[in-house]
Amino acid sequence: MAPMAEPLSRDDVAHVARLARLDVTEDELERFTGQLGAVLEHAADVASLDTAGIPPTAHPLDLVNVLRDDVVVASLDRAEVLAMAPAVEEGRFRVPKILGEAP
Amino acid sequence: MSPSAPRTPDTPGAGSGPTAADIAAAVRAGERTARGVAEEHLARIAAHDGGVHAFLEVVADRALAIADAVDRAVAEGRDPGPLAGVPVALKDNLCTRGIPTTCSSRILAGWRPPYDATAVTRVLAAGAVPLGKTNLDEFAMGSSTENSAFGPTRNPHDHGRVPGGSSGGSAAAVAAGFAPLALGSDTGGSIRQPAALCGVVGVKPTYGAVSRYGLIAFASSLDQIGPLARTVTDAATLLMAVAGPDSRDSTSWPEPFPDLMPALTGGVEGLRVGVVRELSGEGIAPDVAARVREAADALSAGGAKVEEASVPGARYALSAYYLIAPAEASSNLARYDGVRYGLRVPADDINQMYGATRAAGFGPEVKRRIMLGTYALSAGYYDAYYGQAQRARTVLIRDFATAYETFDVLLSATAPTTAFALGAKTADPLSMYLSDVCTIPANLAGHPAMSVPFGTGDDGLPVGVQVLAPALREPVMFRVAAALEEASP
Repeated sequence: MAPMAEPLSRDDVAHVARLARLDVTEDELERFTGQLGAVLEHAADVASLDTAGIPPTAHPLDLVNVLRDDVVVASLDRAEVLAMAPAVEEGRFRVPKILGEAP
Repeated sequence: MSPSAPRTPDTPGAGSGPTAADIAAAVRAGERTARGVAEEHLARIAAHDGGVHAFLEVVADRALAIADAVDRAVAEGRDPGPLAGVPVALKDNLCTRGIPTTCSSRILAGWRPPYDATAVTRVLAAGAVPLGKTNLDEFAMGSSTENSAFGPTRNPHDHGRVPGGSSGGSAAAVAAGFAPLALGSDTGGSIRQPAALCGVVGVKPTYGAVSRYGLIAFASSLDQIGPLARTVTDAATLLMAVAGPDSRDSTSWPEPFPDLMPALTGGVEGLRVGVVRELSGEGIAPDVAARVREAADALSAGGAKVEEASVPGARYALSAYYLIAPAEASSNLARYDGVRYGLRVPADDINQMYGATRAAGFGPEVKRRIMLGTYALSAGYYDAYYGQAQRARTVLIRDFATAYETFDVLLSATAPTTAFALGAKTADPLSMYLSDVCTIPANLAGHPAMSVPFGTGDDGLPVGVQVLAPALREPVMFRVAAALEEASP
């Protein structure tokens, strides 16, 4: 596995920030580009590791299909949960307009 | 053995005070009241936490009410639990019903969870008395507690130094004598490294040993709750109180957690101990490396067979971790969107609301990791970064398995240096990440590991030695830890 040939660009960082729904300032873009580039450069040693035929580990335990009995139990108190919401209407979370022109 | 004596702590009386074992025995016997114990510790916090800032929130009234309930149980002849009346500090990423839980982030400021974490429920059931919530690096991302949105915590031994992180508030609370016990969480060393820097015992249990229900997620395949304490016995007692299966966490280990008490007096005669070459020499400060060698010598003198061990995959652990953990974090932290709880920056359109809320709510380190993780998972880079890091994780696990064919436990430094100065590493994230080089391998493997104080560095500040063991082998790990505590200079 070859290390990434291209260094991280300012445009890459801006693109990733959009994917992550994170508004960033020009100043942050500048700083993050350098800092993330340094971390990715350090990570190049992983990219150079010969891992042919080695499966990935997503999880350290061998547990599979953990199931419980299908029994009705109390869930969180609705009023207590909604009391912590930024905006509520008729027992539901209220959000701004979702549909509209494509971003 | 140490070249210099421990320095006089900046927080008076740091490193001393009653143990959890002493308090529980006295409360259970009716010799002391839980209320009296709580009042004493709350007074100590009021007097000295101004200089430390271990706590984000102290819940004095609630603590006294819980203490009174313990005292009633004792008076009525009911079993008040193994931690009867013992004050405990809770890291502020553990959900506490009705009590602010912030993760040291503006995005959760003012949030009061509608439920308790399982570990919190179990601490209460054991008779312990939570005094408050402790400071951490925002969302547990950091190694110095300087990434808190509410200001840094200071090391009780030297207020100019960091306590380590991310469980720096919990480690400082125990070191300062504010509470004999604390709970922290450890994703890449966040219990063990601050324990080492503050001179206390810190344990990362086997992945799955303690339920993660109600632990606010950072990197779900690595996160684990564990105890901090001044003694190995106290750490074992708190771990046993919170460990064990939980139907609310599908990654919780289904077997009962073992009794650690017999291990504490077991001694190390005949045990095979490997000193991990990759985590004890290069990159480790000479004074810290010297304490690791002395710890190995002490185990040898106790009858253990000590040799050098090699875990070659550990060399890649830091790089793999700083791809895997941010990748998982970028997914976990997607939930902070201003919709259901926490901060919302109003906007006309939902995408604007997301972007503005997250920009205002998260601090710089959290933003860095979200972007690093998003990048590592994005189209075109997934296999080169995230996939490759997961394969490196497999290599590391296999290398540990090979080492454990020869050894019962492994030994290393916990942190490369003693506590560093506030501000020393904040400008260079990579230098901060290197603080975790010794602790990260156990998280990637899912194995237990703990830090035990062992003497001091050239600056008179605490040094921690790390004991590592295979999955679910906490008993042998505690045997070795108890021997090190006994032999510590």
